[in-house]
Amino acid sequence: MKFLVCISKVPDTTSKIGFTDNNSKFNEAGVQFIVNPYDEWYALVRALELKEANGGSVTIITVGEQSDEPVMRKALAIGADEAVRINAKSDDSFFIAKQIAEYAKNNSFDVVLCGKETINFNSAQVPATIAELLDMPLVSLATKLDINGNTATLERDVQGGSEVVEVQTPFVLSAAKGMAEQRIPNMKGIMMARSKPLNVVEPVSVEAHTEILSYELPSGKTECKYVEADKMDELIELLHNEAKVI
Amino acid sequence: MSSVLVFADSKNNKITKASLETVAYGSKIANDNGGSCTVVTYGDIPEAELKTLGAYGAKEVVVARSASNDSQVLSKLTADVVSEKGSDVIVFSQDFTGKAVAPRVSAKLNAGLVSGVIDYPNTSEGFTVKKNAFSGKAFAYASIKTDKKVISIVPNSIGITKGEGEASVSDFQGTLATAGVTVKESKVKGGEGILLDEAELVVSAGRGLKGPENWGMIEELASEMGAATACSRPVSDIGWRPHHEHVGQTGIAIRPNLYIAVGISGAIQHLAGVNASKTIVVINTDPEAPFFKAADYGIVGDAFEVVPKLIEAYKNFKQANN
Repeated sequence: MKFLVCISKVPDTTSKIGFTDNNSKFNEAGVQFIVNPYDEWYALVRALELKEANGGSVTIITVGEQSDEPVMRKALAIGADEAVRINAKSDDSFFIAKQIAEYAKNNSFDVVLCGKETINFNSAQVPATIAELLDMPLVSLATKLDINGNTATLERDVQGGSEVVEVQTPFVLSAAKGMAEQRIPNMKGIMMARSKPLNVVEPVSVEAHTEILSYELPSGKTECKYVEADKMDELIELLHNEAKVI
Repeated sequence: MSSVLVFADSKNNKITKASLETVAYGSKIANDNGGSCTVVTYGDIPEAELKTLGAYGAKEVVVARSASNDSQVLSKLTADVVSEKGSDVIVFSQDFTGKAVAPRVSAKLNAGLVSGVIDYPNTSEGFTVKKNAFSGKAFAYASIKTDKKVISIVPNSIGITKGEGEASVSDFQGTLATAGVTVKESKVKGGEGILLDEAELVVSAGRGLKGPENWGMIEELASEMGAATACSRPVSDIGWRPHHEHVGQTGIAIRPNLYIAVGISGAIQHLAGVNASKTIVVINTDPEAPFFKAADYGIVGDAFEVVPKLIEAYKNFKQANN
């Protein structure tokens, strides 16, 4: 079984978020970058578990510049067999999905796995766009994945609960919490990752659909107003008359 | 820009609250630009329920009664109605279904999509929308450059406006796509509980409650207020509460009007899921808990004493306001 896992480089979850160039660019100064947690902890690790159980290969792919390679090496250290970097930088989900879909089309994979969203753009657009461009079924927000022959059984989050679903390979999924447990790469994995293939592929020509013009930070929270623990009537009064939320 | 199409989702044969908000949103864009708003939906929803979408501004409703919730089926359905109506703007809710369907529709139509939108578009120059970014820690302004635009809005971003009127209802006449995904079992809880992602009021609790047996007062407070219940990550990880109640960076992100956090310290990953809430109340024994920095109202005290008093106070308030 051939797995393709889409990964993205994102700022660490505890990063201080700030912008430069007239609020048009994310300020990378002092920021540590990681593999998007949904891509790494859930999609990549589950693909590795299935490969280890049933054989096959795990390829990771990202659309990014050379500066993305350290996080790709980390994904290789966790256990992926090879990496593909589409040599382009874009904030447009359609552009990114199109690049990945083109690569997947030419290299026929059984399962394409993505994290449910990146923690920097939170758009959740790439998985379903890849599925559409490949004309494949999509299981979004999947929390469990098992494969038997050509049939995959998954559990996915839906409003107010979950569903158990079945789909034939090939298909695309977006992974949510629960699909696997985070793996810490060991020294052997880190050493082996250095010699694993990292192929650089030039992008296909695609017109971006959208453009990010600027960013903004939330306006500062007003000072917390403290209410005495035995004066809950006062809190209710404030919520009703001041905050006007009840 | 003349015609707006809104995709509406349903649960238990009722249009979801998030979708009603989307209909109101789409109708406002249509009205502001001298166009009209059509709704596309699916499932065995009673005719009377569909007509009421007129009160939220929809002129007409197209329903595909036999369509399943599969993304291939729903995206083809939506794209077919777009070509039939000549829609220029297609609006989704950024919910479970929207995340799977909106990008497919966008790719089918070769129309730009911005998801996670939290305000009305600015059409004074091009088409620009404000969206969530960096997991609630920032916003981005994104412009859509294609002729047709697809947007998906975060539930509880603009609120619902309801007026008068009835929409005309017709059945979808086209052919449905084949579903690639088959649902084998549904584990959706009954229709009575308030759904967390669209709740206006949320009562949430964390490890400070010491054990799952102590959630009674949280549930009582929530039920008194008509609020949904939520929890922090450690609590869902150790199985005190179900996974779908977990809010935060790896759980779901919500933006209720009121978020009451009981016994939650307020780790940055938890804040990422709730800091879009309009008002935050924090109840914690530890005055140094980081959550107080993000709170509008803080109560330093023992949850086991404060929450029962809060329930009492809310009951009195309800009685006085009835």
